[in-house]
Amino acid sequence: MSTKVIALTGNQAAAEAMRQINFDVAAVYPISPQTELMGFFAEYVANGEVDTDMVAVEGEHSAMAACIGAAAAGARVITASAGPGIAYMVENLYIASGMRLPIVLIDVNRALSAPLSIHCDHGDSMLTRDSGWISLFSENAQEAYHNLIMSVKIAEKAMFPVIVNYDGYIVSHSIENVEIFDDETVREFVGPSGIHRIPYPLLDVSKPVTYGATAQPDYYTECKYQQHVDFLKVYDIVREVFNEFESISGKRYDFIEEYMTEDAEYIGISMGSSFGTLKDAVNTLRAQGRKVGAIKIRLYRPFPVKELAQALSKAKGIAVLDRADSFDGIGGPLFKDVCTAILHNQNRSLVHNFIYGLGGREIHEEEFIKAFDRVERLEKGVETRDNLVEYLQVRA
Amino acid sequence: MYQLKKWFEIPIGSIVSEAGSSMMNNTGSWRMLRPVLNTEKCTNCLICWIFCPDDSIPVNREQRFETDFQYCKGCGICAVECPYDALEMVPEMEIKLKELE
Repeated sequence: MSTKVIALTGNQAAAEAMRQINFDVAAVYPISPQTELMGFFAEYVANGEVDTDMVAVEGEHSAMAACIGAAAAGARVITASAGPGIAYMVENLYIASGMRLPIVLIDVNRALSAPLSIHCDHGDSMLTRDSGWISLFSENAQEAYHNLIMSVKIAEKAMFPVIVNYDGYIVSHSIENVEIFDDETVREFVGPSGIHRIPYPLLDVSKPVTYGATAQPDYYTECKYQQHVDFLKVYDIVREVFNEFESISGKRYDFIEEYMTEDAEYIGISMGSSFGTLKDAVNTLRAQGRKVGAIKIRLYRPFPVKELAQALSKAKGIAVLDRADSFDGIGGPLFKDVCTAILHNQNRSLVHNFIYGLGGREIHEEEFIKAFDRVERLEKGVETRDNLVEYLQVRA
Repeated sequence: MYQLKKWFEIPIGSIVSEAGSSMMNNTGSWRMLRPVLNTEKCTNCLICWIFCPDDSIPVNREQRFETDFQYCKGCGICAVECPYDALEMVPEMEIKLKELE
Protein backbone atom coordinates (compact mmCIF):
# COMPACT_ATOMS: atom_id res chain seq x y z
CA MET A 1 0.00 0.00 0.00
CA SER A 2 1.19 3.50 -0.78
CA THR A 3 -0.26 6.88 0.08
CA LYS A 4 0.35 10.39 -1.16
CA VAL A 5 -0.43 13.73 0.41
CA ILE A 6 -2.05 16.23 -1.91
CA ALA A 7 -3.84 19.54 -1.48
CA LEU A 8 -7.56 19.02 -1.99
CA THR A 9 -10.85 20.63 -1.06
CA GLY A 10 -13.38 18.52 0.83
CA ASN A 11 -15.40 18.10 -2.36
CA GLN A 12 -12.30 17.04 -4.31
CA ALA A 13 -11.36 14.53 -1.59
CA ALA A 14 -14.89 13.09 -1.62
CA ALA A 15 -14.90 12.89 -5.43
CA GLU A 16 -11.55 11.11 -5.26
CA ALA A 17 -13.01 8.54 -2.83
CA MET A 18 -16.00 8.09 -5.16
CA ARG A 19 -13.64 7.50 -8.10
CA GLN A 20 -11.61 4.95 -6.15
CA ILE A 21 -14.68 3.10 -4.84
CA ASN A 22 -16.02 3.07 -8.43
CA PHE A 23 -19.74 2.98 -7.58
CA ASP A 24 -22.07 1.26 -10.06
CA VAL A 25 -24.64 4.07 -10.01
CA ALA A 26 -24.67 7.72 -8.94
CA ALA A 27 -28.06 9.47 -9.21
CA VAL A 28 -27.78 13.17 -8.45
CA TYR A 29 -29.27 16.62 -8.72
CA PRO A 30 -27.01 19.65 -8.24
CA ILE A 31 -27.31 21.98 -5.25
CA SER A 32 -24.76 24.22 -3.52
CA PRO A 33 -22.37 23.37 -1.93
CA GLN A 34 -22.60 19.82 -3.35
CA THR A 35 -22.67 20.88 -7.03
CA GLU A 36 -18.90 21.11 -7.27
CA LEU A 37 -18.46 17.60 -5.84
CA MET A 38 -20.62 16.04 -8.52
CA GLY A 39 -18.97 18.29 -11.11
CA PHE A 40 -15.61 16.75 -10.25
CA PHE A 41 -17.12 13.28 -10.32
CA ALA A 42 -18.89 13.92 -13.65
CA GLU A 43 -15.45 14.58 -15.14
CA TYR A 44 -14.29 11.15 -14.02
CA VAL A 45 -17.40 9.64 -15.61
CA ALA A 46 -16.93 11.61 -18.85
CA ASN A 47 -13.25 10.63 -19.03
CA GLY A 48 -14.09 6.96 -18.58
CA GLU A 49 -12.08 6.75 -15.33
CA VAL A 50 -14.99 5.01 -13.57
CA ASP A 51 -17.64 2.49 -14.58
CA THR A 52 -20.37 4.48 -12.82
CA ASP A 53 -23.71 5.09 -14.51
CA MET A 54 -24.42 8.70 -13.63
CA VAL A 55 -28.15 9.39 -13.67
CA ALA A 56 -29.07 13.08 -13.97
CA VAL A 57 -32.49 13.23 -12.33
CA GLU A 58 -35.03 16.05 -12.04
CA GLY A 59 -34.79 16.52 -8.27
CA GLU A 60 -33.50 15.03 -5.03
CA HIS A 61 -36.66 13.02 -4.37
CA SER A 62 -36.03 11.28 -7.70
CA ALA A 63 -32.31 10.99 -6.98
CA MET A 64 -33.04 8.89 -3.90
CA ALA A 65 -35.77 6.97 -5.77
CA ALA A 66 -33.27 6.04 -8.48
CA CYS A 67 -30.76 5.01 -5.80
CA ILE A 68 -33.40 2.83 -4.14
CA GLY A 69 -34.23 1.09 -7.41
CA ALA A 70 -30.58 0.55 -8.32
CA ALA A 71 -29.64 -0.62 -4.82
CA ALA A 72 -32.56 -3.07 -4.71
CA ALA A 73 -31.33 -4.44 -8.04
CA GLY A 74 -27.98 -5.06 -6.35
CA ALA A 75 -25.89 -2.09 -7.51
CA ARG A 76 -23.47 -0.18 -5.27
CA VAL A 77 -24.94 3.33 -5.32
CA ILE A 78 -24.29 6.84 -4.09
CA THR A 79 -25.96 10.23 -4.16
CA ALA A 80 -25.10 13.58 -2.66
CA SER A 81 -27.06 16.64 -1.68
CA ALA A 82 -27.29 19.56 0.74
CA GLY A 83 -29.79 21.67 2.71
CA PRO A 84 -33.11 22.00 0.87
CA GLY A 85 -32.13 19.06 -1.37
CA ILE A 86 -31.94 16.82 1.68
CA ALA A 87 -35.34 18.14 2.78
CA TYR A 88 -36.80 17.21 -0.59
CA MET A 89 -35.26 13.74 -0.33
CA VAL A 90 -36.58 12.89 3.14
CA GLU A 91 -39.62 10.78 2.18
CA ASN A 92 -37.41 8.39 0.25
CA LEU A 93 -34.76 8.23 2.99
CA TYR A 94 -37.25 6.34 5.16
CA ILE A 95 -38.02 3.99 2.27
CA ALA A 96 -34.31 3.27 1.72
CA SER A 97 -33.73 2.37 5.38
CA GLY A 98 -37.00 0.44 5.70
CA MET A 99 -36.05 -1.64 2.66
CA ARG A 100 -32.58 -2.09 4.19
CA LEU A 101 -30.68 -0.89 1.13
CA PRO A 102 -26.96 -0.10 1.54
CA ILE A 103 -26.99 3.32 -0.17
CA VAL A 104 -24.39 6.02 0.54
CA LEU A 105 -25.48 9.67 0.74
CA ILE A 106 -23.07 12.58 1.07
CA ASP A 107 -24.65 15.53 2.88
CA VAL A 108 -22.56 18.67 2.34
CA ASN A 109 -24.19 20.40 5.28
CA ARG A 110 -26.15 23.55 4.43
CA ALA A 111 -28.73 25.64 6.28
CA LEU A 112 -32.43 25.37 5.48
CA SER A 113 -34.56 28.25 4.15
CA ALA A 114 -36.09 30.76 5.05
CA PRO A 115 -34.20 33.03 4.92
CA LEU A 116 -32.29 31.40 2.13
CA SER A 117 -28.70 30.51 2.93
CA ILE A 118 -26.28 28.33 1.04
CA HIS A 119 -23.87 28.27 3.97
CA CYS A 120 -23.22 25.69 6.64
CA ASP A 121 -25.23 24.48 9.56
CA HIS A 122 -26.48 21.03 10.53
CA GLY A 123 -30.22 21.70 10.14
CA ASP A 124 -30.37 19.59 6.97
CA SER A 125 -28.74 16.60 8.61
CA MET A 126 -31.14 16.86 11.56
CA LEU A 127 -33.98 16.14 9.11
CA THR A 128 -32.37 12.73 8.62
CA ARG A 129 -31.71 11.88 12.26
CA ASP A 130 -34.90 9.80 12.73
CA SER A 131 -34.85 8.29 9.23
CA GLY A 132 -33.07 5.05 10.13
CA TRP A 133 -29.85 5.99 8.34
CA ILE A 134 -26.43 5.56 9.88
CA SER A 135 -24.86 9.02 10.10
CA LEU A 136 -21.18 9.96 10.28
CA PHE A 137 -19.84 13.49 10.74
CA SER A 138 -16.49 14.59 9.32
CA GLU A 139 -14.31 17.30 10.83
CA ASN A 140 -12.21 17.97 7.72
CA ALA A 141 -11.49 16.81 4.17
CA GLN A 142 -9.35 13.92 5.43
CA GLU A 143 -12.18 12.57 7.58
CA ALA A 144 -14.69 13.07 4.77
CA TYR A 145 -12.43 10.95 2.53
CA HIS A 146 -11.99 8.26 5.20
CA ASN A 147 -15.66 8.23 6.25
CA LEU A 148 -16.75 7.80 2.66
CA ILE A 149 -14.51 4.79 2.12
CA MET A 150 -15.70 3.22 5.39
CA SER A 151 -19.36 4.03 4.70
CA VAL A 152 -19.58 1.54 1.82
CA LYS A 153 -18.44 -1.29 4.04
CA ILE A 154 -20.58 -0.22 7.00
CA ALA A 155 -23.67 0.03 4.78
CA GLU A 156 -23.19 -3.40 3.23
CA LYS A 157 -22.39 -5.16 6.51
CA ALA A 158 -25.29 -3.54 8.36
CA MET A 159 -27.70 -3.48 5.40
CA PHE A 160 -28.57 0.08 6.34
CA PRO A 161 -27.92 3.21 4.28
CA VAL A 162 -25.23 5.64 5.47
CA ILE A 163 -24.97 9.43 5.40
CA VAL A 164 -21.53 11.02 5.36
CA ASN A 165 -21.74 14.63 6.54
CA TYR A 166 -19.19 17.36 6.03
CA ASP A 167 -19.62 21.09 6.51
CA GLY A 168 -20.58 23.12 3.45
CA TYR A 169 -17.88 25.58 2.27
CA ILE A 170 -15.86 25.27 5.51
CA VAL A 171 -14.83 21.74 4.55
CA SER A 172 -16.25 21.35 1.04
CA HIS A 173 -14.44 24.34 -0.52
CA SER A 174 -11.35 24.79 1.67
CA ILE A 175 -8.04 23.34 0.53
CA GLU A 176 -6.20 21.11 2.99
CA ASN A 177 -3.52 18.47 2.83
CA VAL A 178 -5.24 15.11 2.40
CA GLU A 179 -3.55 11.74 2.51
CA ILE A 180 -4.89 9.64 -0.35
CA PHE A 181 -4.56 5.84 -0.64
CA ASP A 182 -3.65 4.17 -3.89
CA ASP A 183 -6.69 2.87 -5.82
CA GLU A 184 -5.82 -0.76 -5.17
CA THR A 185 -6.00 -0.33 -1.37
CA VAL A 186 -9.42 1.31 -1.50
CA ARG A 187 -10.86 -1.26 -3.90
CA GLU A 188 -9.53 -4.11 -1.83
CA PHE A 189 -10.96 -2.56 1.34
CA VAL A 190 -14.48 -2.06 -0.01
CA GLY A 191 -14.42 -5.35 -1.93
CA PRO A 192 -15.99 -6.11 -5.30
CA SER A 193 -19.54 -5.08 -6.15
CA GLY A 194 -22.07 -7.68 -7.32
CA ILE A 195 -25.75 -8.37 -6.87
CA HIS A 196 -25.21 -11.16 -4.36
CA ARG A 197 -23.75 -8.78 -1.76
CA ILE A 198 -27.37 -8.19 -0.70
CA PRO A 199 -29.86 -10.84 0.44
CA TYR A 200 -32.70 -10.22 -2.03
CA PRO A 201 -31.40 -8.61 -5.25
CA LEU A 202 -34.24 -7.70 -7.60
CA LEU A 203 -32.19 -8.78 -10.60
CA ASP A 204 -31.91 -12.32 -9.27
CA VAL A 205 -34.72 -13.52 -11.54
CA SER A 206 -34.52 -17.08 -10.24
CA LYS A 207 -35.71 -15.81 -6.82
CA PRO A 208 -38.34 -13.11 -7.48
CA VAL A 209 -39.32 -10.88 -4.54
CA THR A 210 -41.58 -7.89 -3.90
CA TYR A 211 -40.04 -4.71 -2.51
CA GLY A 212 -42.23 -2.02 -0.99
CA ALA A 213 -45.36 -4.03 -0.23
CA THR A 214 -48.05 -2.79 2.17
CA ALA A 215 -47.94 -3.79 5.82
CA GLN A 216 -51.27 -3.60 7.61
CA PRO A 217 -51.49 -3.04 11.38
CA ASP A 218 -50.95 -6.81 11.87
CA TYR A 219 -47.42 -6.59 10.39
CA TYR A 220 -46.07 -3.04 10.51
CA THR A 221 -44.90 -3.16 14.14
CA GLU A 222 -42.97 -6.42 13.58
CA CYS A 223 -41.25 -4.96 10.50
CA LYS A 224 -40.22 -1.86 12.45
CA TYR A 225 -39.13 -3.85 15.50
CA GLN A 226 -36.82 -5.91 13.30
CA GLN A 227 -35.37 -2.65 11.95
CA HIS A 228 -35.02 -1.38 15.54
CA VAL A 229 -33.18 -4.50 16.72
CA ASP A 230 -30.88 -4.55 13.69
CA PHE A 231 -30.11 -0.85 14.08
CA LEU A 232 -28.80 -1.58 17.59
CA LYS A 233 -26.34 -4.03 15.97
CA VAL A 234 -24.87 -1.16 13.94
CA TYR A 235 -22.62 -0.12 16.85
CA ASP A 236 -20.65 -3.38 16.63
CA ILE A 237 -20.53 -3.26 12.83
CA VAL A 238 -19.19 0.31 12.81
CA ARG A 239 -16.57 -0.63 15.40
CA GLU A 240 -15.57 -3.64 13.30
CA VAL A 241 -15.15 -1.48 10.18
CA PHE A 242 -13.24 1.17 12.16
CA ASN A 243 -10.87 -1.61 13.29
CA GLU A 244 -10.43 -2.95 9.76
CA PHE A 245 -9.79 0.59 8.58
CA GLU A 246 -7.13 1.10 11.22
CA SER A 247 -5.24 -1.90 9.82
CA ILE A 248 -4.92 -0.24 6.38
CA SER A 249 -4.59 3.40 7.45
CA GLY A 250 -2.99 3.30 10.89
CA LYS A 251 -5.69 5.80 11.84
CA ARG A 252 -7.72 4.98 14.96
CA TYR A 253 -11.36 6.09 14.82
CA ASP A 254 -13.99 5.79 17.55
CA PHE A 255 -17.66 6.76 17.84
CA ILE A 256 -16.55 9.85 19.75
CA GLU A 257 -13.22 11.64 19.92
CA GLU A 258 -12.08 12.92 23.30
CA TYR A 259 -9.65 15.79 23.79
CA MET A 260 -8.20 16.43 27.27
CA THR A 261 -11.24 14.91 28.97
CA GLU A 262 -9.22 12.72 31.33
CA ASP A 263 -9.37 15.18 34.27
CA ALA A 264 -11.80 17.70 32.75
CA GLU A 265 -14.47 19.23 34.96
CA TYR A 266 -16.17 21.05 32.13
CA ILE A 267 -16.61 19.47 28.70
CA GLY A 268 -17.70 20.98 25.38
CA ILE A 269 -19.33 18.74 22.73
CA SER A 270 -19.59 19.50 19.02
CA MET A 271 -19.74 17.85 15.60
CA GLY A 272 -18.09 18.60 12.28
CA SER A 273 -15.57 21.29 11.39
CA SER A 274 -15.98 23.32 14.60
CA PHE A 275 -14.09 20.74 16.64
CA GLY A 276 -10.71 22.28 15.75
CA THR A 277 -11.89 25.63 17.07
CA LEU A 278 -13.24 23.92 20.19
CA LYS A 279 -9.83 22.33 20.80
CA ASP A 280 -8.23 25.78 20.40
CA ALA A 281 -10.59 27.10 23.08
CA VAL A 282 -9.64 24.18 25.33
CA ASN A 283 -5.92 24.91 24.81
CA THR A 284 -6.40 28.58 25.71
CA LEU A 285 -8.37 27.75 28.87
CA ARG A 286 -5.94 24.98 29.87
CA ALA A 287 -3.09 27.54 29.60
CA GLN A 288 -5.05 29.57 32.18
CA GLY A 289 -5.20 26.52 34.43
CA ARG A 290 -8.84 25.68 33.82
CA LYS A 291 -9.77 21.99 33.66
CA VAL A 292 -11.71 21.75 30.42
CA GLY A 293 -11.99 19.18 27.66
CA ALA A 294 -13.78 18.56 24.37
CA ILE A 295 -15.70 15.73 22.72
CA LYS A 296 -16.48 15.32 19.05
CA ILE A 297 -19.35 13.12 17.90
CA ARG A 298 -18.24 11.13 14.84
CA LEU A 299 -21.02 8.51 14.79
CA TYR A 300 -24.20 10.56 15.13
CA ARG A 301 -26.71 7.79 14.27
CA PRO A 302 -27.00 5.42 15.98
CA PHE A 303 -26.09 7.81 18.78
CA PRO A 304 -23.14 6.61 20.92
CA VAL A 305 -25.22 6.71 24.10
CA LYS A 306 -23.09 4.41 26.25
CA GLU A 307 -19.69 5.73 25.13
CA LEU A 308 -20.78 9.32 25.68
CA ALA A 309 -22.33 8.56 29.07
CA GLN A 310 -19.03 6.99 30.10
CA ALA A 311 -16.99 9.94 28.81
CA LEU A 312 -19.21 12.42 30.66
CA SER A 313 -19.52 10.45 33.89
CA LYS A 314 -17.12 12.69 35.83
CA ALA A 315 -17.99 16.03 34.25
CA LYS A 316 -19.35 18.79 36.48
CA GLY A 317 -20.71 20.82 33.58
CA ILE A 318 -21.31 20.13 29.90
CA ALA A 319 -21.57 22.68 27.09
CA VAL A 320 -23.47 21.14 24.20
CA LEU A 321 -22.71 23.05 21.00
CA ASP A 322 -25.52 22.71 18.46
CA ARG A 323 -25.14 23.88 14.86
CA ALA A 324 -28.95 23.68 14.42
CA ASP A 325 -32.03 24.73 16.35
CA SER A 326 -35.06 22.49 16.87
CA PHE A 327 -37.53 25.33 17.60
CA ASP A 328 -39.34 23.07 20.05
CA GLY A 329 -39.03 24.85 23.37
CA ILE A 330 -36.43 22.34 24.56
CA GLY A 331 -33.12 22.88 22.80
CA GLY A 332 -30.96 21.91 19.87
CA PRO A 333 -30.98 18.33 18.58
CA LEU A 334 -27.54 17.41 19.92
CA PHE A 335 -28.47 18.84 23.33
CA LYS A 336 -31.40 16.43 23.60
CA ASP A 337 -29.29 13.50 22.49
CA VAL A 338 -26.64 14.30 25.10
CA CYS A 339 -29.25 14.77 27.85
CA THR A 340 -30.70 11.37 27.01
CA ALA A 341 -27.27 9.75 27.03
CA ILE A 342 -26.67 11.13 30.52
CA LEU A 343 -29.69 9.14 31.77
CA HIS A 344 -27.44 6.09 31.44
CA ASN A 345 -25.33 7.43 34.29
CA GLN A 346 -28.22 7.72 36.71
CA ASN A 347 -28.67 5.00 39.27
CA ARG A 348 -32.41 5.47 39.30
CA SER A 349 -34.34 5.12 36.10
CA LEU A 350 -36.76 8.00 36.33
CA VAL A 351 -37.79 7.84 32.69
CA HIS A 352 -38.08 4.82 30.48
CA ASN A 353 -39.21 4.71 26.86
CA PHE A 354 -41.93 2.50 25.33
CA ILE A 355 -42.87 2.38 21.66
CA TYR A 356 -46.43 1.44 20.69
CA GLY A 357 -49.16 1.77 18.09
CA LEU A 358 -46.96 1.78 14.98
CA GLY A 359 -48.65 1.57 11.59
CA GLY A 360 -52.12 1.64 13.14
CA ARG A 361 -51.76 -1.14 15.70
CA GLU A 362 -54.37 -0.77 18.40
CA ILE A 363 -53.17 -0.20 21.96
CA HIS A 364 -54.94 -1.74 24.94
CA GLU A 365 -55.16 -0.87 28.62
CA GLU A 366 -53.24 -4.07 29.55
CA GLU A 367 -50.23 -2.93 27.52
CA PHE A 368 -50.13 0.48 29.19
CA ILE A 369 -50.40 -1.31 32.57
CA LYS A 370 -47.32 -3.34 31.54
CA ALA A 371 -45.49 -0.03 31.03
CA PHE A 372 -46.43 1.08 34.57
CA ASP A 373 -45.27 -2.27 35.98
CA ARG A 374 -41.98 -2.06 34.14
CA VAL A 375 -41.08 1.50 35.29
CA GLU A 376 -42.00 0.61 38.85
CA ARG A 377 -39.80 -2.53 38.82
CA LEU A 378 -36.97 -0.53 37.26
CA GLU A 379 -37.32 2.18 39.90
CA LYS A 380 -37.31 -0.42 42.73
CA GLY A 381 -34.27 -2.14 41.23
CA VAL A 382 -36.15 -5.46 40.77
CA GLU A 383 -35.39 -5.29 37.04
CA THR A 384 -32.57 -3.71 35.06
CA ARG A 385 -32.32 -2.28 31.57
CA ASP A 386 -29.79 -2.44 28.74
CA ASN A 387 -31.43 0.27 26.69
CA LEU A 388 -33.59 3.27 27.42
CA VAL A 389 -36.20 2.08 24.93
CA GLU A 390 -38.33 -1.01 24.36
CA TYR A 391 -41.42 -2.01 22.40
CA LEU A 392 -44.75 -2.64 24.13
CA GLN A 393 -46.28 -4.76 21.38
CA VAL A 394 -44.31 -7.25 19.33
CA ARG A 395 -45.20 -10.73 18.11
CA ALA A 396 -42.28 -12.82 19.37
CA MET B 1 -54.76 -21.35 8.33
CA TYR B 2 -52.34 -18.58 7.42
CA GLN B 3 -49.94 -18.00 10.33
CA LEU B 4 -48.72 -14.45 11.08
CA LYS B 5 -44.93 -14.26 11.09
CA LYS B 6 -42.98 -13.23 14.18
CA TRP B 7 -40.69 -10.19 13.96
CA PHE B 8 -37.55 -12.26 13.41
CA GLU B 9 -39.20 -14.42 10.73
CA ILE B 10 -39.88 -11.48 8.38
CA PRO B 11 -37.31 -11.24 5.56
CA ILE B 12 -34.96 -8.25 5.90
CA GLY B 13 -36.34 -5.05 4.39
CA SER B 14 -39.95 -6.28 4.79
CA ILE B 15 -39.75 -7.81 1.34
CA VAL B 16 -42.20 -10.49 0.25
CA SER B 17 -40.11 -13.48 -0.74
CA GLU B 18 -42.81 -15.82 -2.03
CA ALA B 19 -44.77 -15.22 -5.22
CA GLY B 20 -48.57 -15.11 -5.14
CA SER B 21 -48.72 -14.35 -1.42
CA SER B 22 -51.66 -11.97 -1.89
CA MET B 23 -53.76 -15.14 -2.34
CA MET B 24 -53.36 -15.57 1.41
CA ASN B 25 -54.94 -12.20 2.16
CA ASN B 26 -58.62 -11.45 1.92
CA THR B 27 -58.04 -8.27 -0.06
CA GLY B 28 -61.74 -7.90 -0.84
CA SER B 29 -62.50 -7.08 2.79
CA TRP B 30 -62.54 -3.30 2.23
CA ARG B 31 -65.04 -3.38 -0.66
CA MET B 32 -67.79 -0.72 -0.32
CA LEU B 33 -69.65 -1.45 -3.57
CA ARG B 34 -70.33 -4.91 -5.00
CA PRO B 35 -70.71 -5.57 -8.75
CA VAL B 36 -73.99 -7.51 -8.99
CA LEU B 37 -74.25 -9.49 -12.24
CA ASN B 38 -77.45 -9.64 -14.23
CA THR B 39 -77.02 -13.00 -16.01
CA GLU B 40 -79.87 -12.22 -18.41
CA LYS B 41 -78.08 -9.15 -19.79
CA CYS B 42 -74.61 -10.73 -19.75
CA THR B 43 -73.50 -11.98 -23.19
CA ASN B 44 -70.24 -13.50 -21.90
CA CYS B 45 -68.22 -11.15 -24.09
CA LEU B 46 -65.52 -11.23 -21.36
CA ILE B 47 -64.73 -7.52 -21.64
CA CYS B 48 -65.09 -7.26 -17.83
CA TRP B 49 -62.44 -9.98 -17.47
CA ILE B 50 -60.04 -8.03 -19.71
CA PHE B 51 -60.46 -4.85 -17.66
CA CYS B 52 -60.54 -6.29 -14.11
CA PRO B 53 -57.26 -5.02 -12.53
CA ASP B 54 -57.34 -7.72 -9.87
CA ASP B 55 -58.03 -10.91 -11.82
CA SER B 56 -61.22 -11.31 -9.76
CA ILE B 57 -63.42 -12.50 -12.63
CA PRO B 58 -63.17 -16.25 -13.23
CA VAL B 59 -63.83 -17.29 -16.84
CA ASN B 60 -63.39 -20.13 -19.29
CA ARG B 61 -63.43 -19.87 -23.09
CA GLU B 62 -67.21 -19.44 -23.26
CA GLN B 63 -68.41 -18.12 -19.98
CA ARG B 64 -68.00 -15.55 -17.24
CA PHE B 65 -68.63 -16.89 -13.72
CA GLU B 66 -69.58 -15.02 -10.55
CA THR B 67 -66.99 -12.46 -9.37
CA ASP B 68 -64.54 -13.72 -6.74
CA PHE B 69 -65.50 -11.56 -3.75
CA GLN B 70 -62.54 -12.76 -1.71
CA TYR B 71 -60.41 -10.40 -3.83
CA CYS B 72 -62.80 -7.99 -5.62
CA LYS B 73 -62.25 -4.51 -4.13
CA GLY B 74 -65.35 -3.00 -5.73
CA CYS B 75 -63.53 -0.55 -8.00
CA GLY B 76 -66.42 -0.64 -10.46
CA ILE B 77 -64.33 -0.74 -13.64
CA CYS B 78 -66.20 -3.85 -14.83
CA ALA B 79 -69.55 -2.05 -14.47
CA VAL B 80 -68.29 0.99 -16.40
CA GLU B 81 -66.79 -1.11 -19.20
CA CYS B 82 -69.68 -3.58 -19.63
CA PRO B 83 -71.30 -2.72 -23.03
CA TYR B 84 -74.55 -4.48 -22.00
CA ASP B 85 -75.18 -2.84 -18.61
CA ALA B 86 -75.06 -6.28 -17.03
CA LEU B 87 -73.27 -5.13 -13.86
CA GLU B 88 -74.71 -2.85 -11.19
CA MET B 89 -72.65 -1.48 -8.30
CA VAL B 90 -74.67 -2.03 -5.12
CA PRO B 91 -73.52 -0.80 -1.67
CA GLU B 92 -72.23 -3.73 0.39
CA MET B 93 -74.22 -2.47 3.36
CA GLU B 94 -77.50 -2.86 1.48
CA ILE B 95 -76.61 -6.44 0.58
CA LYS B 96 -75.51 -7.24 4.14
CA LEU B 97 -78.73 -5.75 5.57
CA LYS B 98 -80.82 -7.76 3.12
CA GLU B 99 -78.96 -10.91 4.12
CA LEU B 100 -79.83 -10.22 7.77
CA GLU B 101 -83.58 -9.91 7.07
